[in-house]
Amino acid sequence: MSAVVSPIREPLITGGKSYHQITEDICSPTERTPTTAWVIAFILAVAGLAFYVFCVGWTIWQGIGSWNLNRTIGWGWDITNFVWWVGIGHAGTLISAILLLFRQKWRTGVNRAAEAMTIFAVICAGQFPLIHMGRLWLGFFIFPYPNTRGPLWVNFNSPLLWDVFAISTYFTVSLLFWYTGLVPDFATVRDRAKGLRKRMYNVLAFGWTGSAKHWQRWETLSKILAGLATPLVLSVHTIVSFDFATSVIPGWHTTIFPPYFVAGAIFSGFAMVQTLMLITRKVLNLEDYITIEHIDSMNKVILLTGTIVGVAYLTELFIAWYSGYIYEQFAFYNRVLGPYWWSYVGMMSCNVLSPQIFWWRSIRRNILITFLMSIFVNIGMWFERFVIIASTLARDYIPSSWSYYTPTWVEIGLFIGTLGLFSTCYLIFTRIAPVVAIAEIKSILKTGGDQYVGPNAHAHHASEQTTTH
Amino acid sequence: MENSNKEVLFGLYDDEEILLKAVSQAKADHLNIMDVFSPFPVHGLDPILGLSHSRLPTAGFIYGAIGALTGFLFMTWVFTADWPIIFGGKPYFSAPAFIPITFELTVLFASVGMVFTFFIICGMGPGAVNPILDLRITDDKFCIAFDASHASDEEVSKYKSFFSATGASEVNTKTI
Repeated sequence: MSAVVSPIREPLITGGKSYHQITEDICSPTERTPTTAWVIAFILAVAGLAFYVFCVGWTIWQGIGSWNLNRTIGWGWDITNFVWWVGIGHAGTLISAILLLFRQKWRTGVNRAAEAMTIFAVICAGQFPLIHMGRLWLGFFIFPYPNTRGPLWVNFNSPLLWDVFAISTYFTVSLLFWYTGLVPDFATVRDRAKGLRKRMYNVLAFGWTGSAKHWQRWETLSKILAGLATPLVLSVHTIVSFDFATSVIPGWHTTIFPPYFVAGAIFSGFAMVQTLMLITRKVLNLEDYITIEHIDSMNKVILLTGTIVGVAYLTELFIAWYSGYIYEQFAFYNRVLGPYWWSYVGMMSCNVLSPQIFWWRSIRRNILITFLMSIFVNIGMWFERFVIIASTLARDYIPSSWSYYTPTWVEIGLFIGTLGLFSTCYLIFTRIAPVVAIAEIKSILKTGGDQYVGPNAHAHHASEQTTTH
Repeated sequence: MENSNKEVLFGLYDDEEILLKAVSQAKADHLNIMDVFSPFPVHGLDPILGLSHSRLPTAGFIYGAIGALTGFLFMTWVFTADWPIIFGGKPYFSAPAFIPITFELTVLFASVGMVFTFFIICGMGPGAVNPILDLRITDDKFCIAFDASHASDEEVSKYKSFFSATGASEVNTKTI
């Protein structure tokens, strides 16, 4: 397979790996005893998770009154966190589905972990609407099931119900897509394992053999799932934005929300992928598979989406002024200069201004700056949702009901707790599954390995390979 | 592949380019390949091996269509026949508002249906045990397998000479 690769394209796999070396490198983290760093991280994560469980218990026991929600502030940190987590999930689907359709080969280094991130982020996101119900045990009311009240159906015209369908479909499809991709890699781990591990991976690998027909179906399935996941991921954040955009609240009732939310989602998701990847590649010694080239590519996406988000912020301000509608104008005046001005500043500086440094290639390829930026972007995107929710709700139509919202320790605890939930899931994932898609990396070795492409490639290999092996 | 006490004669190759040449050679020699195994999808193998296109996309389309109809018709029935309610002064049959859920159900049915179909037609599932010829096939070996259960000595030697002529690094037999 001597595919034509541009000579200026940088290799995606460094270290002159052979197929067997790839298997060794990627499987070994699941086979070693956990490192001290992992154990410490796991203890912290589980502590966070335990605190989360405590805060959920507290909320259910005491009721939603333990949060500072009130008239007119019906949504606070909970929905902010919900939108933030869902948004983070979007990058995983973008990498695994949209970049697959665009045949971007660098996706193979990061897609597995990014998809895992999607699944865990959606799990975290899904917590908040459920806890916010207060009576969690009545959560099944959101499903249209034949009930004894008529049956009285749910309101299929409500964006909040669309959200139920969107998020649960998104979770299911992401999980299936991820697992289908994992099956061949679980088989690789299975065929190296012994004893109890072998039995465990035998179950997980679903009896994969690597037959040509199975690979053909597997590839077909991956492409169709990618084709389905692409409009799905766009629909999910569009529908999340409908939760706001279809209301009659000034500042929310805008048609720009769907594209602006989707861009913001990809933006924050890529930042989270960067945060996770920079740590993962270092801790698991995967620098040869998640290279500076990958980091550079992701920083370009961050720059692009951050700028789209910036344009959206400015468009909102312009349209608010141009509309001549005083309530809309006030909503945005209040957003920028009102009591929550500090969160607007946080949003603008973290999301729009700071990513502009990625115009410089040397900065895109600087690991420390990238890491710090990824944290900034995540903070900025959290502020964005907080700005939209809190600043708008704290100043509604009647000045007599204006107030100022600050979270209670329970609300803060729930947010920190979901970070624990997320980290616990991710850390377990790195112990069980190969964090880089082994089969997919192998299939790009001939076009992405540094012994075949790039400055250090052998003079030529097509003839050499057939003879040396 | 079911357990059928088949005797399989297989050769292992070290590289997919050698494998592709070997498969073309086998086709030219009119050898009846039982199956080919590889650690990753080898592009260009399907046409040489004579595999027809997968019909999974057709199945996916049908599942998706079922999902779309289920969603749309169910909501229509609920809001026009079973319990009509006016929301925001809109007509009972407010089709545009049904689109998001219809879309989600289309994707859901198509994806879930296709993934389950894929695993069932490949004979896979949690804990399914399919015969594995060599543990290194999921690592770095590419395998061509012949069914040698009823092969005459002449045929077996033909297979073996094929393996040595096409550069197989190992030749083994296994009863599966």
